[in-house]
Amino acid sequence: MYIPHTEKDKSEMLKVIGVPVFEDLVKQVPSKFLWPKFNLPQESLDEAQAAAKLSGLAARNCRPLSFLGAGAYERYTPAAVKAITSRTEFLTAYTPYQPEASQGTLQAIYEFQSTVSALYGMDYANASMYDGASSFAEAVRAAVRVTGRKKIIYSAGVNPQYMDTLKTYFAHSADYTYVKVPMKDGAMDKAALPALLEGAACLAVQTPNFLGLIEDMDGVAETVKKAGALLVAAADPVSLGLLAAPGEYGADFAVGEGQSLGLPLAYGGPYLGLFSCRKEHVRQMPGRICGMTKDRDGKRGFVLTLQAREQHIRRDKAASNICSNEALCALAATVYSALYGPEGLKELAEANAGAAAYAAERLSAIKGCSLKFKGPFFNEFVLAVPGKAAAMREKALARGVDIGLPLAPLYPELGETLLVCATETKTEADILKLETAVKEAL
Amino acid sequence: MPKPEEARYTKTHEWIAPGAEAAVGISDHAQHEMGDVVFVELPKVGQKLEKEKPCAVVESVKSAFDIYAPISGEVTAVNEAVVSEPALLNQSPLENGWLYKMKPSNPADAQALMDWNAYQEFVKQSVH
Amino acid sequence: MICAPTENRLSIEKSDAGRRGLFCKNPLRARAKVPANLRRKAAPRLPELSEFDVVRHFTRLSRLNFSVDTHFYPLGSCTMKYNPRFNEEAAALEGFAALHPLAHDTCSQGTLELLHDLSARLTELCGLDAITLQPAAGAHSEFTGLLLAKAYFEDKGETRTEIVVPDSAHGTNPATASMMGFTTVNIASEPDGRLNVEELKKHIGPKTAVLMLTVPNTLGIFETNIEAIAKAVHEAGALLYMDGANLNALIGLVKPGDLGIDMMHLNFHKTFSTPHGGGGPGAGAIVCRKHLAPFLPVPTVRKEGGRYVSDFGDKRTIGKVKAFFGNTGVLVKAYAYMLAHSAKEFGDIARYSIINANYVRALLKDLYPSYSKEHCMHECVLTPGEDMTAKGLKTLDVAKGLIDRGFHAPTIYFPLIVHEAIMIEPTETESKETLDEFVAAMKDVHDQGVADPQSLKDAPRTLPVRRLDEVLAARQPNLRW
Repeated sequence: MYIPHTEKDKSEMLKVIGVPVFEDLVKQVPSKFLWPKFNLPQESLDEAQAAAKLSGLAARNCRPLSFLGAGAYERYTPAAVKAITSRTEFLTAYTPYQPEASQGTLQAIYEFQSTVSALYGMDYANASMYDGASSFAEAVRAAVRVTGRKKIIYSAGVNPQYMDTLKTYFAHSADYTYVKVPMKDGAMDKAALPALLEGAACLAVQTPNFLGLIEDMDGVAETVKKAGALLVAAADPVSLGLLAAPGEYGADFAVGEGQSLGLPLAYGGPYLGLFSCRKEHVRQMPGRICGMTKDRDGKRGFVLTLQAREQHIRRDKAASNICSNEALCALAATVYSALYGPEGLKELAEANAGAAAYAAERLSAIKGCSLKFKGPFFNEFVLAVPGKAAAMREKALARGVDIGLPLAPLYPELGETLLVCATETKTEADILKLETAVKEAL
Repeated sequence: MPKPEEARYTKTHEWIAPGAEAAVGISDHAQHEMGDVVFVELPKVGQKLEKEKPCAVVESVKSAFDIYAPISGEVTAVNEAVVSEPALLNQSPLENGWLYKMKPSNPADAQALMDWNAYQEFVKQSVH
Repeated sequence: MICAPTENRLSIEKSDAGRRGLFCKNPLRARAKVPANLRRKAAPRLPELSEFDVVRHFTRLSRLNFSVDTHFYPLGSCTMKYNPRFNEEAAALEGFAALHPLAHDTCSQGTLELLHDLSARLTELCGLDAITLQPAAGAHSEFTGLLLAKAYFEDKGETRTEIVVPDSAHGTNPATASMMGFTTVNIASEPDGRLNVEELKKHIGPKTAVLMLTVPNTLGIFETNIEAIAKAVHEAGALLYMDGANLNALIGLVKPGDLGIDMMHLNFHKTFSTPHGGGGPGAGAIVCRKHLAPFLPVPTVRKEGGRYVSDFGDKRTIGKVKAFFGNTGVLVKAYAYMLAHSAKEFGDIARYSIINANYVRALLKDLYPSYSKEHCMHECVLTPGEDMTAKGLKTLDVAKGLIDRGFHAPTIYFPLIVHEAIMIEPTETESKETLDEFVAAMKDVHDQGVADPQSLKDAPRTLPVRRLDEVLAARQPNLRW
């Protein structure tokens, strides 16, 4: 209960309004609808009781030593990130519709857009979207709008959840076709591209891909461009501390899951959709965009801009129906990037690549286990196992280690495999525990 | 470009200069109502236009306006200058701020639209 | 905002080459072996700062904001109520925050139980049968709702292509319809914002899929004829969707399900007190009747024996609208809020949100006439009086004058059907004293404007910046460093 009114307040206020009882204020509601019975607890909990209940629930989630990745990554959240995002001037503000009273949020968004543009090597970024999947789907939608084509080519290594979300976005029409680029040793078969790309709106590719492999993007943009299509690239932002940026290999739209930039896993959200593009597509960016301008005295300030594209103005002609971004998550990612800086992000990326390389080395040495693919990978890899992967995972979980995600439900063609991920949070000792757990689960 | 009195007007506030290659723009009244124009999206050369169907977009800071084809025909030229400098629509809606030129399917169609006097009367009526 | 700082450099402008904040010293770094041709060529242009630089920079930025904690924030349609600290603490519990979305069900029993109980309580509050918690926000919920409608009609072998929306609706309604490939049919509402049932009947038929209706409407008025509307919609074979943006007016007072709707959406960041965060993250839900349940996104949570399991539903599901489960972190906060309320206490939320809005409306009626002649529900729509408009003053000037007095402005120029609208939603968590201060500020703005119109047009003067050039921002976009 968070209501300040006393009985005295209530009667004084009703008197000012000029009604004797509250029910007179809601005469527009047919009375038979008022005050129904609810099958809900008759008593609410006080704060201490609620805290005990919630702590109990939280404790029922177990905390294994986890090597799960697959689109959501275990990260350390720096104390300074938590401190800044819990400042209630950020936390409890609304969308910055009154710019003079929202310069803090607006400048933070401007710095976020700059950070994402820089990381992805792209010209512009928006103020963020719901998550990586929605950014991906919106980028493909933009490519469809720009080219007027409805054939979508995607690499087999795109996160299956991203493809599911995209197909849901386009579910209203049977006009869209999806063509998968075949896989060659876990990566995109580039030789297949020219034939597939004919008449396509875009090639959508993810690197590092869902199976952890780093795609070789050399020459891909040229092939795509030759076909009159656009290149949509999805990339993990932390990997970009080390790996080629989408702008460097010629992407038209680049997107990613910003959870990687220090956000908690939180069972799937809130996460952070990163969305960036080349200059010529700036008006195709969905969602909010913040711009720098001047005030009446010529002083620097920030406003939401290019707003006429948005739903509250264009209504049924809007580029998208999105009306919120993930401002607080965007703030967290901006602070995280500023704290680590270019050098720190490179270190983080190296720690990811190093931890995964070490895990791969230890696990592939176990009898019966092997790396499914030969190519270079970032922070996760596919391990072929001799038994049932799902059963192995459950066995290892009972000993406190989550050894990775069984891939059979998503990629039956790969046989019994685990997608194993190690981020910068893992130590050499952790990886040795993983090795033991896998051995014992065989 | 036409003098205001020479152009024909639509109820959606476009003007057209009748002729074999007819220029099209928005009226001075329209640019006033819109406020500062910040963005213009034009049709493509060669695009077929259908009378009273949207074919361009003009945006102010907080609003977007569809621009409708006054008559049917085909786009022969577009004014790139307004794309790079949208303020031209405010400064000079009937001259430097023209939007596109079209080859009318039937040149007589333009004559059927409101003339300057009728348009002024129309604006007066719609304001009150 | 004590002593508004004048310095306004970007973080990149404070950067100095070689300065460091945080490090990653994990020795496994040395084992990284990424081929040179796959590496990035140029380092990203990010600021190089000390940790303290970063903390001071963003702390300074925070002080440039108005927020619910620091200022009364009566934004109509946004329900800017107090965001309990307890909710934040609950969501931050390591057991919830560290849970991987692909964790095995045996590891996520606590979260699954929470989601299960939250689902049950919400469906009961709404008087409906089933729910999905997957949507990330209100607009995302609308999208989900229309997908459900589409799947429902396809399953019945019907093709329906039109979504009917009153002109008073939120912009997201038509935007969603269009994004989904539906045609939007707009209906002019009555002067009081209500839908005329006879007019409605003219616009619905065998092509109509859904009528999207905000209850109470954006003028803060209840749709008194809702039963007749629901009947007409159902007779046409269509579905009635309730936009739940204004649920704060009804919660615990009316069960939306009793009104004859087929589905509705919830905004946890409005009705259920989760913070707006400067524009997100939010969370949404679609609550619906049985006949739409088979089409809900997956997974949902089911109880099986003593355990909770992710349920991947039947084949008719619309699939996923978002990766993983939903914005669970936000849902934990909403659940913490639910625990703090009995059914009666939910009713008090509606009661006091309605009393507060009518109180403000009554005190301001002489200077800022109310658009509607009847009592309002949880929000009221006012306009500047004739003595102000005669001096050329606009709603925007009122907004800026309020900011100068330490109050966030109400929602302005919405709903679109009201000329110069000022939409005020005080919410139930504001005290009578705060409302009295707000009313006094509104009166002061009026008096200043009438006495010296130019001075109000020059507002704000006390903030970090004065009115900003939005034309410049849009004509010459500067979107990054």
